[in-house]
Amino acid sequence: MDLRYDVELISVTKRYEDSIAVDAISLRIPKSSYCCLLGPSGCGKTSTLRMIAGHEEISEGDVLIAGQNVTDLPSIKRGTAMMFQNYALFPHLTCIDNVAFSMQVRGVAKTVRRARALEFLDLVQMADFAERLPAQLSGGQQQRVALARALVVEPKVLLLDEPLSALDPFLRIKVREELKRLQRDLAITFIHVTHSQDEAMALADQMVVMEGGHIRQSGSPRELFERPASGFVARFIGGHNLFSTDRGEVAVRADRCSLADEGGTPAQVIAVEYQGTSVRVALKTERGLDAFAVLPDQVFFAAPVEPGTYRHLVWSRGDEHTLADTFQPR
Amino acid sequence: MITATLGEKKAHARRRRAWLVSWMQVGPMAAVLLLLFALPTLLFLVVSFFDYDRVGIYPAFILDNYRDLLTTPATWRIYLSTMRFAVMAWAITLVLGFYIALFLVFHIRSAKTRMILFMACAVPFWTSGIIRTIAWIPFLGRNGAFNTILMKMHLTDRPLEFLLFSDFSVMVTYIHLYTLLMMAPIANSMAKIDKNLIEAARDCGASRFQIVRHIIIPLSRTGIALGSILVFTQVIGDYFVVKRMSGGQSASIVSALSTEIQAMQYPPAAASAVVLVIFVGILVAGIMRVVDVRQELAR
Repeated sequence: MDLRYDVELISVTKRYEDSIAVDAISLRIPKSSYCCLLGPSGCGKTSTLRMIAGHEEISEGDVLIAGQNVTDLPSIKRGTAMMFQNYALFPHLTCIDNVAFSMQVRGVAKTVRRARALEFLDLVQMADFAERLPAQLSGGQQQRVALARALVVEPKVLLLDEPLSALDPFLRIKVREELKRLQRDLAITFIHVTHSQDEAMALADQMVVMEGGHIRQSGSPRELFERPASGFVARFIGGHNLFSTDRGEVAVRADRCSLADEGGTPAQVIAVEYQGTSVRVALKTERGLDAFAVLPDQVFFAAPVEPGTYRHLVWSRGDEHTLADTFQPR
Repeated sequence: MITATLGEKKAHARRRRAWLVSWMQVGPMAAVLLLLFALPTLLFLVVSFFDYDRVGIYPAFILDNYRDLLTTPATWRIYLSTMRFAVMAWAITLVLGFYIALFLVFHIRSAKTRMILFMACAVPFWTSGIIRTIAWIPFLGRNGAFNTILMKMHLTDRPLEFLLFSDFSVMVTYIHLYTLLMMAPIANSMAKIDKNLIEAARDCGASRFQIVRHIIIPLSRTGIALGSILVFTQVIGDYFVVKRMSGGQSASIVSALSTEIQAMQYPPAAASAVVLVIFVGILVAGIMRVVDVRQELAR
């Protein structure tokens, strides 16, 4: 029994009648860490989460939680709790009854379970709304109640299915911070499914990029950003240019690229986006490849460029990162 | 100045058009309800106060019809007997309809299989209720299919008499005719329940039974109420099944009413119709008080 990990997947496969959603993936998630499963839609990240939760049958392989094989256990016995994408609050129950539901079905006395539910509503700052129905709450408030309902079972692992996707951008950043704080305070493992690399970068201790039912790369956000394993990962997490050179396929961070009058790769300026602290210049190279440079505002305005003009995109060889797989231009 | 008046005229025309469109949308249904429902109801309400004898009916305003109706023990007996059938049919169709709906909506995973099974439930309704009622007679009769099978299997040496022309055969027919009426609205409510809620409940540790009790029943109660209204009103308004399947041993409210019509006693028949409408109205209002059905219909 290895207690260094809260969750271990051992060549877990999810097979549907005629397709494979998750193809023999193995993953270890360290104790009390924040793990983000990241990938485009249909990459198998949600199926993986649902298999950990026990809501999806595991076709092959094993899931271990805190060292115990839970492959054939129902959700509640796994020590997991799930927060659903649409929150899935019971619409006919008040907030406090929603949170108390898991205790109600265990036969906990009404006064006891309501007191406990109120504690957890208080944890997510929703105690004042205890007697409201979910329909009377905003999306963000519903989410807090859903969070309280998931946490009240005191899970070892909290599973979150795209928890921020329904929120507006301002709220998203606020809730993001709260999730991270909560994870640290409760010292349990969060597994968070998302298709947004910003979200994953901001939250994750461990970032897992998936594609086509496979894990393409797993590591800390910094590791992934500085050493993407493949063209796919580099493209998906963004911020990189991909070039085919005589040294092989390389990724170069866009903020390490600059514009010059000669040398490097000739390219036409397509668009200029002012982003406050920096300026993003989109380019098309002679061979028709998309590239971009992120320039500090001072650097850009010292020598501004107009869309339509031709420049040379340059970078130093030390910033090149060689990729494992073949880079296919799109 | 001129443009302002033009604008006003345009706004006026637009309002008129909107008004016309609304009326054209509501009109046909309103006309049907007024002509075929409100008007006849008003008519028999008026007639129920009329006087009558063996040769004709006479405009009047007397309460004798109501007094006679409500003071006859036979009336109360018939209402009681009909209510007994209604409650039994309601209880049995509720249990059957609920479980069939539960099975179809939550246990059948393939949409195609579900569709086929729904059709299997609905296809018998393409023939008339009268035919489906009468079809039970050769099956349940003294020398019918069921008794023949029982005797061939040596489960009984004499044909079972209670199978046909009894309360039993009336109930069998009611259940056969009305289970779909109960099942369909319940299945409709259940189909609207977010499947994530079931998973969320399971995530909280609820057993299958607890999921049904705490999640599915409360969330399909509008369907249960609608189905209950349909079954209750059908049984209370029934006349053919009781007459045919009880072999003349039981009467229903409507069969008593039809006897009066056949005897040309229109005012007392009208009075019992009014009482029946009020009775059913109270019943439906009672169900609606428990469950807000409009909420379901609006969704």
